[in-house]
Amino acid sequence: MTGTPVAVSVKAVDKVFRTRKGGEVHALSDVSLDVAPGEFVSLIGPSGCGKSTLMRLIADLDGVSGGEIEVFGKSPEQARKDQDYGIAFQQAGLLPWRTVRANIELPLEIHGVDARGRKERSDELLALIGLEDFADHHPDQLSGGMKQRVAIARAMAERPRLLLMDEPFGALDEMTREHMQNELVALCEETGAAVVFVTHSIPEAVFLSDRVVVMSPRPGRITGIVDLSFAARDEDLREDAAFYEGVTAVRTMLHGAEAGAGPRGVENR
Amino acid sequence: MRTAATARTVLAPVALAVVVLALWQAWVVAFEIKPFLVPSPAGIAEAFTTSFSSILDASLATGLNALIGLALGAVAGMALALFANALRFLDRMLVPLVAALAVVPIVALAPVFYAMFGAAAETGRQLVAAVAVFVPMYLNTLNGLRQVEPVHRDLMRAYAATAEQANRVLLIPGAVPYVLNGLKIGSSLAVISALIAEYFGGPTKGLGIAITSSAAGSNYTGAWAYVLGAVLLGALFYGVTAGIEAWSARRRGGS
Repeated sequence: MTGTPVAVSVKAVDKVFRTRKGGEVHALSDVSLDVAPGEFVSLIGPSGCGKSTLMRLIADLDGVSGGEIEVFGKSPEQARKDQDYGIAFQQAGLLPWRTVRANIELPLEIHGVDARGRKERSDELLALIGLEDFADHHPDQLSGGMKQRVAIARAMAERPRLLLMDEPFGALDEMTREHMQNELVALCEETGAAVVFVTHSIPEAVFLSDRVVVMSPRPGRITGIVDLSFAARDEDLREDAAFYEGVTAVRTMLHGAEAGAGPRGVENR
Repeated sequence: MRTAATARTVLAPVALAVVVLALWQAWVVAFEIKPFLVPSPAGIAEAFTTSFSSILDASLATGLNALIGLALGAVAGMALALFANALRFLDRMLVPLVAALAVVPIVALAPVFYAMFGAAAETGRQLVAAVAVFVPMYLNTLNGLRQVEPVHRDLMRAYAATAEQANRVLLIPGAVPYVLNGLKIGSSLAVISALIAEYFGGPTKGLGIAITSSAAGSNYTGAWAYVLGAVLLGALFYGVTAGIEAWSARRRGGS
């Protein structure tokens, strides 16, 4: 372990999936990445580039085939058992038979927080996501954006220092999406959590991130990292020249990566 | 709107029943059909009202056996499904047994149970009902426990939830609609099995015995009155379990 505090450290990670027919899919090849505490890092790339796989490895939902991952200096398994991260997926994944409040309290309940502690925390979170009036509603009574807000509140329930998000806004319309991005920025500023955010939207990645990690497929690897340092992330940023420069930089890197892998990619399709 | 729709769903079958009964009555009267062939609905209704208290007693006796069998079979089916879902080898061990139980006419077990527990005791008849209920309960519960979305499985792993916790917060609540559907199917089977088991003998005061002894005593209209009692008992079991299922579905909301 090094002395510098790192939220996530990924070193030379390989991931190979074996298919049923005995074939191999090289999902990740020699991927290295560090995420600092409080840093917002997006993973972007075309389908099959392994961005979701990388997030799942950090979350210890899958195991690495080679290389090493550390989360707060621990193995991903230990970090998972210590509940060092909160997680949200493209599907909100709420339990339909639980109310909004009971869904937010789910991780607290599993980890033995008493009823009063749970209620205090879910009150805070409901206020944070602006759904106080829906506490006793069931998920089927909510819109897609509301469900996703509940899922994010659930991910933040235990005040994790790391949030892992796999295309959490992927299923939302553009208007809701931008609104949710603004909310996420506010939430992250409040909590100071590091975020690993998987997306395939360039503007979304640029708007949210301190760094955008561009990946390419077959095998999944990192082709480049775009550093972004905006003074403030608010509605004005979306119209700012610096924002468009960021978008262009990410797009250029994405397309360059695709051109490089071109002939093989075409053949494999 | 809602009352109109309810009225339609209730009134339509009632109207059909009235028409069928009227035609039946007219047919029996017009062609002077003998009661041992087909008694008239009016005759059955009369027999039903005059011997109402003994029909009620017989229904209570058979109904109690069915209820105990339903409870035993439901608990056993759910419990074994929980274990089978957790332990793959147990699941594989149980597959042929459950398949055998599903194809064997379970009332055929009645004489065997009578030999074991004595025909006079109700135990044999309750066990027949229990075994009949067990099959749909086991299969439905197991199916329900396996309806877990990948995102929920990931969540449980991310929360480092134990198998017991995952069962409690995810698998069992998720299986409830399947369990209640199994219970609804099982409720009819419990009544049928408890009743048919009485055909295999034993001094009982149930509906099955009443039907056979009325028919044997040439009291055909009386036998039909007891059959009507059996229909009502089965409808009661089905209605209550279907009601529980509908209530639960309303309470949970959609997905």
